[in-house]
Order: sequence, then structure tokens, then C-alpha cells
Amino acid sequence: MSYYGESIAHSSLLGVGLGILLGTGINFGIIVVCLLFGILFLWLQQSKILSTDTLLGVLAHLALSIGIIVISLNRIKIDIHAFLFGDILTVSSNDLWMMYLGVILVIFLVTFNWSSLLLVTIDEDLARAEGINPIYINLLLTTILTIVVAVSLQIIGLLLITAMLIIPAATSRRLANSPEQMALIATLIGIFSVILGIFLSVEIDAPSGPSIVVVSATLFFLSYLFNFLIKKD
Amino acid sequence: MKTINALISASNVSVIKHHKSILKNIDIQINKNDFITIIGPNGAGKTMLLKCLMGFYKPNFGEIQKKNKLKIGYMPQSINVINTMPMTVKNFITVRKKYDDISFKQVVSEIDIRQLVDKQLSVLSGGEMQRVLLARSLLNNPDLLVLDEPAQNLDISGQLSFYKLIQEIYSKRDISILMVSHDLHLVMVSTKKVLCLSNHICCSGKPQQVAQDPEFISMFGEDMANMMAVYQHTNHTSQIDNHLIDGEIK
Repeated sequence: MSYYGESIAHSSLLGVGLGILLGTGINFGIIVVCLLFGILFLWLQQSKILSTDTLLGVLAHLALSIGIIVISLNRIKIDIHAFLFGDILTVSSNDLWMMYLGVILVIFLVTFNWSSLLLVTIDEDLARAEGINPIYINLLLTTILTIVVAVSLQIIGLLLITAMLIIPAATSRRLANSPEQMALIATLIGIFSVILGIFLSVEIDAPSGPSIVVVSATLFFLSYLFNFLIKKD
Repeated sequence: MKTINALISASNVSVIKHHKSILKNIDIQINKNDFITIIGPNGAGKTMLLKCLMGFYKPNFGEIQKKNKLKIGYMPQSINVINTMPMTVKNFITVRKKYDDISFKQVVSEIDIRQLVDKQLSVLSGGEMQRVLLARSLLNNPDLLVLDEPAQNLDISGQLSFYKLIQEIYSKRDISILMVSHDLHLVMVSTKKVLCLSNHICCSGKPQQVAQDPEFISMFGEDMANMMAVYQHTNHTSQIDNHLIDGEIK
């Protein structure tokens, strides 16, 4: 299900296009389109017509393509490149406030539903037996992912957001002994990657998204090497 | 809702999925201190029946009533241990559970998993994982324990010791047990009632009664029926009796 995040991210470009076209603003467009896309996906997944991977593969790329078509047909003047790979120079101080708000909301939602999220991840039937409705938790996860995509789109870019959902968590997996530790370490690794990545992008004049991902992946390989050396001793 | 004495009472429950009848007119009552084993071929609707009884799935027809504040402990067949997430056994057993230290220690010693509590879930063997799942389902003293093919992935000695453990839990705790199991010859001694399911209830009753039921014999064959008879009766004459009954059916 890691690629669920990628699919939501892919649908965000359509949100950007519609947001500009209808004059509602980019963030509003992204949130509405990503949420609708997430709900559509959950609904189709429940009906079990297609396998999850097929469904994600079809919907994600369809959403991205429609997004690009909507933007180019209406001659909307945005730098698609910046949305695909991230460009930190497009971030305004208004965007920064949106990010603070988004981050607080995500921390709040995750903290208060932590144990339910864990149990649904482990086994949906086990969760059901203990009075959790997995549909609500999946909707919650969709909402959280939508917020994450909306706040990180301009920095990381929609093609690379999944990398930041997966790589810091995978790095922290090697170092953690519990899900809580893993979440905390992954957050710290993520923050460190973003800071170092932005410095790198300034130094070599590269887009911010790829620079952050390269730093983050380097840390990932270092953690494996570290683990390997420790086990050898 | 009227109050009922049974823990769970289902009447006339039917489930239709994709134009196929999965469950048909099921009536079942689970009472206090029952030990019911559901048997049946693959696709008989055993897991679906459990899901309906626990309230995970709403049947198309029929009514299911649960006793007020009924505490159910559920042990699934298996869980996907996700290697992408680190988690200790203790963490897994207690996540989202209201518990105190004493009851945790009690369950740990009852199921004999003291040496496992600090291990990671990802390193457990099949048998260890089943015991951990069982411990989790027992942590907040359920009135009813629901087990879905609990010993399916175990080897024969693992199965024997697992069913022995279930028997111990049943005799020591004030608990009812509802279990789906294929290993009928192994649960014969403990189970009080057998329910033979093939989308509808073919036959039900005490194990030795079910073993003699023509529908049971046609479904599982005479070998199974004879094996059950051997487990049930230690006395030689009754074995001969059973063979005579088999002869009549032929």
C-alpha cells in the first residue's frame, strides 16, 4: 500500500490545474481532488473487481495524465516541471503557514489514532474484532496522505513524494525496535534529509526534490552498511 | 432489543454473494460454557459464518443477537507479519488493549510465552506466532473465544500441543469456545458440540452422533467417521457397533 501515497500524489496535478482554472487556489484544488481520488480508490478496492496493484497503476497514471491535459488545454501558465520535481523557490510565506497548519493537523490525527492505525495495518479482521471499522481508518489515512501531498508538493514534487514516504521509514526500520521509535526516527531522518538536500540543491544549483531524495537514499544505504558492519562484529 | 440468555443467537441467517448462496438458513446458539467446533469442506462458508456471528459482516437475511457487553476474543488463522515494521510480541499483544500488569503476566504464563515477549514478531516460528495470537485474544478475559482454523499451519506435534492448550484454557476459564477446525480427530476429546457446515447446517450434535450421520459420512468419508469413533470410544464393542452402522448405510 506504499504506492497508495504515490497515486494520491499523481492525482494532485489535476487539483493544481482545476484550482487555478476555477480560481479557488492550488491548495484547495489539491485537497479536494486528492480526497475524491482517495475515496474513489477505496470504494473500488472494497468492490474487489480489480487487484489493488492494478487499480493503483491504472488510476494513478490516469489522474496524472488528465491533470497534464487539463493544464495544457487551458494554457494555464504554470511550471509543470516545478510541480513534478519540486522547486523550493516557488514557496511563498503564505505557503509556509499552510505547511505549519498541515503539519500540526497530521501530527494530531496520527497521534490520536495511532493504535487503531497500527492494528488495521497488522490485520483488518483483528481490528474489526476489537470494534474498529477499517473503512474509517482507511479514510483517515487518505486524509493524512492528502495533507502530506498538499504541503510537500512544491518542495519535493509529485513524482518524488512517495520516495519521502518510503525511504526515511525504510532507513529507520533498521534502527528501531518498535513502531513508535520507527515513526520518530523516520521523522528525524526526513527532516535531516530535507535540510541537507536543500543545502545541496543551493550548492550545485539542482532542483530541491531530487536533491532531498538523493540525500535520503544515501542515508538509507549508509544505515544498511552500518547494520552490516555491526552484525559482522 | 430484548435480552437473551445465549451469548450469540443467530436465526435464519443467509448470505448471498455474487449470486451464490454462501450461507443458507443458519440457526445457531452459542451458550455459556459451550465448546462448538465447526467443520466442513473448503468453501462451506465457515469463515463467513464466524464473520456474521462476530458482526463483521451483515447477512442478507436473518437475525443475529449478541448478549449485551459480550467480550469476544478473536484469533485469526494467521496475520501478515509485516517485516517492514518492527514490533515486539509484548507491543503486539497489548496494542489497543486495556490491561494491567497482573493480567498480562497471567496470560503470558498461561500460554507459556514468557521467553517470547521481548522478541520481534518477525522472528517467530509458526507455532510461536499462534500462541502469541492466542494470548492476545485472551488478554481482556473474553466471554467467548473465536478461533478460525487455529492450528492450520502447524505440524502434527504442534497441533497436538496447541489443542491441549485450548482444552486447558476451556477447563480453567469460565469461557465459551467457537472454533473452525479440520483436525476433528484431535479436538474430539474437548469439543462438546460439532456443527457440520456445507453452506447449510448438514448435521450437528455431540461428536459421536455427528460421526454416525449419513451426511457427515458422505462428506468426509467412512475413514474419518471410523477415526472419530476410535477416538471417542475406548471400548471395543462400540467400535464394532459403529462398523455395523456403517454397513447399514452402504
